[in-house]
Amino acid sequence: MEFESVIGLEVHAQLLTETKAFCSCTTKFGSAPNSNTCPICLGMPGSLPVLNKRALEFTVLMAIACNCEINEISRFARKNYYYPDLPKNYQISQYELPVAEHGWVDVDTSTGFKRIGITRIHMEEDAGKLIHDDRKPVSYVDLNRTGVPLIEIVSEPDMRSPEDAAAYLRSLHSILVYLGICDGNMEEGSFRCDANVSIRPKGQTYLGTKTELKNMNSFKNVQKGLQHEIERHENTLLGGGNLIQETRLFDPASGTTISMRSKEQAHDYRYFPDPDLLPLRVDLELIERMRKALPELACQKKERFVRDFGIPEYDAGVLTAERSLAEFFEKTVKIFPNPKSVSNWMMTEFMRFLKGSGTSIAYAPVQPSELGGLLSMMEKGAISGKIGKVVFEEMWKTGKDSNQIVEERGLIQVSDVTEITDMIRIILLDNPREVTRYLNGKTQLIAFFVGQTMKATRGRANPQIVNEILTDELEKLRINLVITET
Amino acid sequence: MSHLYEKTASDLAGLLRSGKVSSVEITESVLSRIESLEPAVHSYVNVYPDLAVSMAKKADEDIRRGTAKALTGIPVAIKDNMCLEGRKTTCGSRILANFRPPFDASVVRLIKDERMVILGSANMDEFAMGSSTETSCWGPTHNPWDIERTPGGSSGGSAAAVACGQAIVSLGSDTGGSIRLPASFCGVTGMKPTYGAVSRFGLVAYASSLDQIGPFARDIRDMSLLLNLIYRHDSLDSTSVEIGHSDFTSLLDNSVSGMTLGLPIEFFCKLTNEDVQKNLLEARRIFEKQGVKFVDLSLPSLDYGIAAYYIIAPCEASSNLARYDGVKYGHRAEKFDNMIDMYCRTRAEGFGQEAKRRIMLGTYALSSGYYDAYYLKAAKIRTLITQDFKKAFESCDAILSPVAPAPAFKIGEKIDDPIEMYLTDVFTIPVNMAGLPGISCPAGFSRDGLPIGMQLISSHFQESKLVQLVSAFQRETDHHLKRPAI
Amino acid sequence: MGLNSQSIDNLIVTSILSSLGKMKITLEQVDYVSALGRLALSPDEKTKFMGQLDDILKYMDTLESVSTDNVEPMAGPVELFNPLREDLVRPSLSVDQALANAPSSDGSSFVVPKIIE
Repeated sequence: MEFESVIGLEVHAQLLTETKAFCSCTTKFGSAPNSNTCPICLGMPGSLPVLNKRALEFTVLMAIACNCEINEISRFARKNYYYPDLPKNYQISQYELPVAEHGWVDVDTSTGFKRIGITRIHMEEDAGKLIHDDRKPVSYVDLNRTGVPLIEIVSEPDMRSPEDAAAYLRSLHSILVYLGICDGNMEEGSFRCDANVSIRPKGQTYLGTKTELKNMNSFKNVQKGLQHEIERHENTLLGGGNLIQETRLFDPASGTTISMRSKEQAHDYRYFPDPDLLPLRVDLELIERMRKALPELACQKKERFVRDFGIPEYDAGVLTAERSLAEFFEKTVKIFPNPKSVSNWMMTEFMRFLKGSGTSIAYAPVQPSELGGLLSMMEKGAISGKIGKVVFEEMWKTGKDSNQIVEERGLIQVSDVTEITDMIRIILLDNPREVTRYLNGKTQLIAFFVGQTMKATRGRANPQIVNEILTDELEKLRINLVITET
Repeated sequence: MSHLYEKTASDLAGLLRSGKVSSVEITESVLSRIESLEPAVHSYVNVYPDLAVSMAKKADEDIRRGTAKALTGIPVAIKDNMCLEGRKTTCGSRILANFRPPFDASVVRLIKDERMVILGSANMDEFAMGSSTETSCWGPTHNPWDIERTPGGSSGGSAAAVACGQAIVSLGSDTGGSIRLPASFCGVTGMKPTYGAVSRFGLVAYASSLDQIGPFARDIRDMSLLLNLIYRHDSLDSTSVEIGHSDFTSLLDNSVSGMTLGLPIEFFCKLTNEDVQKNLLEARRIFEKQGVKFVDLSLPSLDYGIAAYYIIAPCEASSNLARYDGVKYGHRAEKFDNMIDMYCRTRAEGFGQEAKRRIMLGTYALSSGYYDAYYLKAAKIRTLITQDFKKAFESCDAILSPVAPAPAFKIGEKIDDPIEMYLTDVFTIPVNMAGLPGISCPAGFSRDGLPIGMQLISSHFQESKLVQLVSAFQRETDHHLKRPAI
Repeated sequence: MGLNSQSIDNLIVTSILSSLGKMKITLEQVDYVSALGRLALSPDEKTKFMGQLDDILKYMDTLESVSTDNVEPMAGPVELFNPLREDLVRPSLSVDQALANAPSSDGSSFVVPKIIE
């Protein structure tokens, strides 16, 4: 029996607003526990919520980027349940009337582009943090995170493999980060993913028993978790067993999923419209304003890079994976209009140092103008590519400009033909045995002569010219020999 | 009228401005009145003589400097569900017995800015759930006109205090009649403004879409002064409406000749108490003498007001009261086995019977499977009620009705029969359901000498009509001048 | 919350009445609802609430006779749309203020019994 899997993902993204969803406390991460709280996010008696305008704008931006229908009127609803990290013991969320519905994203999978439907996007507030004591039977509640605005993006169950799911997740991630509305950090929890997965015999259209998967906090773990769960479903059914609808946690240590032991308390959330908030109106003016503010997204940028800059699709993909990288690339190309060159250099040396240093692009010691300057220098022949790499490393380490470094270390490429020719003649004279062997057929020895020349010029000789002159001189010698022999 | 505590705010303001008396003297007069009557009446949960005197001193400074405002130096009581920074705000409940908010309610901020004198927190039914102030965990308030009887509820303390000189004016809250009913039982003037006209920020929520803060006073002039102060938009309350208003006191001398009052059949046919009937008939005669016309109206949906209210209010309350869980503030049980047990015992110990009953009712009505039949249905009834009122106001300026089916009942008489108690609110509830303004004005007395109030209801934000009508009525009558013998 | 035999008898009687369809609310529902609302009820309270809630719910039956087809549920009395707040940081409470009312704290966090998952 062949099965196909049906996967839907629920993503929660923390919005990069300055203040919380319903109060003016800062959303800054990493502060001392309970230092960013107020009567509202603490759920004190008498407190009332007031919606953050930017949170709404970000939500609308995402809705547009995901091709959703935006509801002119939407409502906040209370999701009622008890938990120590939820001060009001209800979460302000949206239920029947979300901000946006019926959208889609086109995802680049290994089997081509797939359109994944987006059921809905809605706004809600985050809960606090619960830290468990290792020894005592107590937990500690930090309500700093309570009230931070989230958007929840629910997909249609359109994915058919863990790879599809990972690709969709990466697409969403890219869009969110490109829009500048979320920093997409899965490890820190600003980008979270839960999955719903079921299987059915291939060709069937009904939905099998689904399980909900939680606690997958990296792209890899999402894929692993789904893979394991699908296998578990298959093994159970093939073994004649039954699957129960339940919530399971992914265990990163074992790579398996574990049933949540809590009694299957059917969550009766008793949703009803929040009477402290009025119906939310998203008018055409706001939508238009957000549409204008929509930046070019990753896939559009990639297409444009291929089309306008003539670089290969793979390169374009790497450069547009991060918006900041793509912007760096474009700025550099403006200064040094050789996209392929820039692209090569960025994908090798630049990325290597960037990853190694762990800084963000904004703080990279080599910025577009400096990189452009270096590439210019190499193209003019002032230095060779090899020297260029040396210079780049020093630029990165010292923050100095390429001109400065080349001057200080006397690295200007020697391209003076006379100078090089003289040097080469000396080397040839100094190495008669190698010259003879070369002339007798060991043409690989040219590398030896090149090496010697580079050594003599401390690497500054223009390798192309060295090659040309060497070949010439050696040929001249050969001709002379022939003439003398005859 | 020899005591300062017997005078109106308007008279006192005049005496203060002319320097004949100081705020400290007024305050001390009221404080000693409080002390002498508290054993019998119990209007207050907490009295703050130190705070009051220090505020009075500051008021006197302002008066000396000539920077006094209309109500500067006037002593006021606030209901125990309005947050007063640093002071116990208990809502008449054990679960908040020691809660001290770190912030002021917005109306309290306005009172402080006006340099009024805060006397203390007035007693109330627990979480404003009740019609008699008998469910306060601190013991009932007694009606100053007959201490064996209730003062009405839930703002019983606020009404009683004004009635017997324990406050010059006071603030209460009204969700289903909690200002108008005690005003009627205690022979004072009390108003519930239009929903959205007075900020709810800092008012501990009972039923968010019905709650409103409103003033108690001995006459319409005093009430107008207090209304001027609190009737304004607040950006901390999303349901607050941006509405300007004229000085309500400028309307006090207006003639009401040519105005029309409507009489809803559905109300009057339910009225069986002869005293109330007599007083309302007399009220009609007085209005007619002043040139007011009367029309009969039918508002059929009024019959369903109570049923719909006792779904919506408990539903919202069950969610609003979920936050009382022993985690962040308030009572926590001492013995418990685990987290859930802590929640259950804390709430069982902290809430009284009526609060528990409404939480049960509300939780049930919102629970899975019942939402449509109850909450949604009640919300639709609300629309019908609002539509009926809208249509009624096409043919009249305001509606005249009883406030309560009978004068004040004895303490203990209805407390064990919830439905009997709920029926007390039959005339007041529909006003909250539609968000309209309603005022209770002393209209006479029963044969036993108990006060009877009449209710006037007008269209949204038409409090000016209510002020004019009551002012005209109080020009021709002296019921509002009578004081209890206590 | 005494568990005397009278309380339990009352509860049993009420329960039987309920299961005979004579009541709108069952003991199971009372248990379910009190768990949802995190309220521990004594047997006496359960009996009393079953009776009272039953009375109240029967009273609600009057609503069934009102036709509400084509009637929109009222969102709230305010006929406006939700106001928006500028995304500007305002000072928070100090940690001491935030924890001042806490039944149990360690000076930096609220302390609660560990949740058993």
